[in-house]
Amino acid sequence: MDMPAEGASGHTEAAGRLPEEQETYEGLSVPAGMVCDVAEREVLIRARGLTKVFGQFRAVDGIDFELTRGEVFGFLGPNGAGKSSTMRMIGCVSPPSGGELRIFGLDPVNDGPSIRARLGAVPQEDTLDVELTVRENLLIYGRYFGLRRDVIKERTARLLDFVQLAERADDQVEPLSGGMKRRLTIARSLISEPEILLLDEPTTGLDPQARHVVWDRLYRLKQQGVTLVLTTHYMDEAEQLCDRLVVMDRGKIAAEGSPRELIAAHSTPEVLELRFRIDEQEQAVEKLADLPDVRIEVLADRILVYTADGDAALADVGRCGLEPLTSLIRRSSLEDVFLRLTGRRLED
Amino acid sequence: MALAKTGAAAREPARALSPFAVRQFRFWLTNYRRTWRGTVFSGLLNPVLYLGAMGLGLGSLVDAHGTASLGGVSYLQFLAPGLLASAAMQMAMGESTWPVFGSVKWLKTYQAAAATPLRPADLYYGHLLFTAMRLALNSVVFLVVMAAFGAVRSPWVIAALPVAVLTGLAFAAPLEAFAITCKKETAFLLIFRFGIIPLFLFSGTFFPITQLPAVIRPLAYVTPLWHGVVLCRSLSLGTATPGEALIHVGYLLALTCAGSFFACLAYQRRLYA
Ligand SMILES: Nc1ncnc2c1ncn2[C@@H]1O[C@H](COP(=O)(O)OP(=O)(O)O)[C@@H](O)[C@H]1O
Ligand SMILES: [Mg+2]
Repeated sequence: MDMPAEGASGHTEAAGRLPEEQETYEGLSVPAGMVCDVAEREVLIRARGLTKVFGQFRAVDGIDFELTRGEVFGFLGPNGAGKSSTMRMIGCVSPPSGGELRIFGLDPVNDGPSIRARLGAVPQEDTLDVELTVRENLLIYGRYFGLRRDVIKERTARLLDFVQLAERADDQVEPLSGGMKRRLTIARSLISEPEILLLDEPTTGLDPQARHVVWDRLYRLKQQGVTLVLTTHYMDEAEQLCDRLVVMDRGKIAAEGSPRELIAAHSTPEVLELRFRIDEQEQAVEKLADLPDVRIEVLADRILVYTADGDAALADVGRCGLEPLTSLIRRSSLEDVFLRLTGRRLED
Repeated sequence: MALAKTGAAAREPARALSPFAVRQFRFWLTNYRRTWRGTVFSGLLNPVLYLGAMGLGLGSLVDAHGTASLGGVSYLQFLAPGLLASAAMQMAMGESTWPVFGSVKWLKTYQAAAATPLRPADLYYGHLLFTAMRLALNSVVFLVVMAAFGAVRSPWVIAALPVAVLTGLAFAAPLEAFAITCKKETAFLLIFRFGIIPLFLFSGTFFPITQLPAVIRPLAYVTPLWHGVVLCRSLSLGTATPGEALIHVGYLLALTCAGSFFACLAYQRRLYA
């Protein structure tokens, strides 16, 4: 089902609406595989020194980022990094405490209603009306955007097909599973055919199977050219979906780039994971530190050896006389980038 | 252009009734479709019980005693318009506390609506509009029952309908401002027990407040319910004067407007953290 067709084709139309906002994003390398036919990159969101303060606490501490039309942009960071606070500011339901934020070239504090009319929001916590049916939820939401009943009806049919909830259309929301509720929230956010879809932790709390269904739907949206902003603390989610992302920690942006760029810049191509007997680990750390051309990270249950060539490193480990219980060579991931940048792990 | 202002100082402009509020009003209507039959039934039962038991039953004792202190009308005719205003107050209490609190705390439908073009003030006015509609429906039913009981003396009683609605709104507006800020719902029961019930009993619904000790009489003049009761009564009895009506309506309107001002602020503070 080709669902939000307008989202994909909306570029020229919207560009015509906001000519002053067409700008070239310099220094952005286009990810391979994404053939870019748009020379002019239209900036939809621009943040400079964006800050959110709760009392004395700086939840978002002066971040800069830009979102261009058609891309999938992610905020990757652990709990409490300030991702939701940032998303709520973008969604115009939380006034910035400082810095500058422009969405479609508009000011979120004074132009909230007109900006929100062009956004779709999937908040971290579901806000479905569980007392109403699936269909009624879409109807109410569509009416909030001032859509006509027949328009809502037609879109509801398409959207419920898209999120695989067509058979549940007239059921109450309350008994639906977590994954279904999440998909319904996504469908609801698309009823207004938004130019940007905001997804705050779209799969947190779902079981693996339900997560994959949501990922699959988001991947389709991405392929249709819908502009997505998502937050996540799952590095696989960020790696699979995001064209470009920022690594966020304690209210600040630690790094920015495509997943491949980030890995190239902050990690090595390969990682050798070694497990030792508890009493041998300390001694192993000392010996591994002397290996040439590697960097090591010591975790509670294993040691990570960062290297360009995992096999060569493993051979070196053997030559030192170390006998790990298990060894595994894998490619670097965003988890490694995060560990490198912050000294901590993403998920715990 | 730079947002040098703090978040609290910066707010979206409109805080008056707008077409957006009508969208929120429609949301409440959609919800109401599932429960309206029950509420109309209880809206009918309530005046029948009160007018039967107190207006006719208790009233026969009062009337036998002589009703000079009631202005020479039967107790039923004295009581009924007061009950009309009191019923509006009680409905406003129920409608503007738990549903508001539930929308922001349990169901989170307010947060959902806040992510759409609607502003917090639209959510407030949308619900106030719905409350006004329910007050009007309930008051119409009440007036029909009153007429059936023979408790009406003047065609001016028609004007008691908007007065009853306004009495309800004078309670609803400040209560909404309070309910949206609550972290727990325990306060509502306290308001009901120590606010609404005493007002119901001592604001001139059952006996003229001239019967109250002189020291606490001024207290009754401050409460919105007394103004609603007195005006509804003089309209129903056909004794209202324009000057008196203006004072009562003005007072109730002022409370509604002040309550709405604070409610818009409170909605904004709660929904735009
Ligand atoms: N309304 C609020 N009042 C006070 N503190 C808040 C509020 N919202 C978030 N915070 C704090 O700000 C920090 C960042 O929160 P959040 O943006 O939700 O992070 P994330 O979404 O990355 O987990 C957390 O420490 C959180 O406790
Ligand atoms: Mg969050």
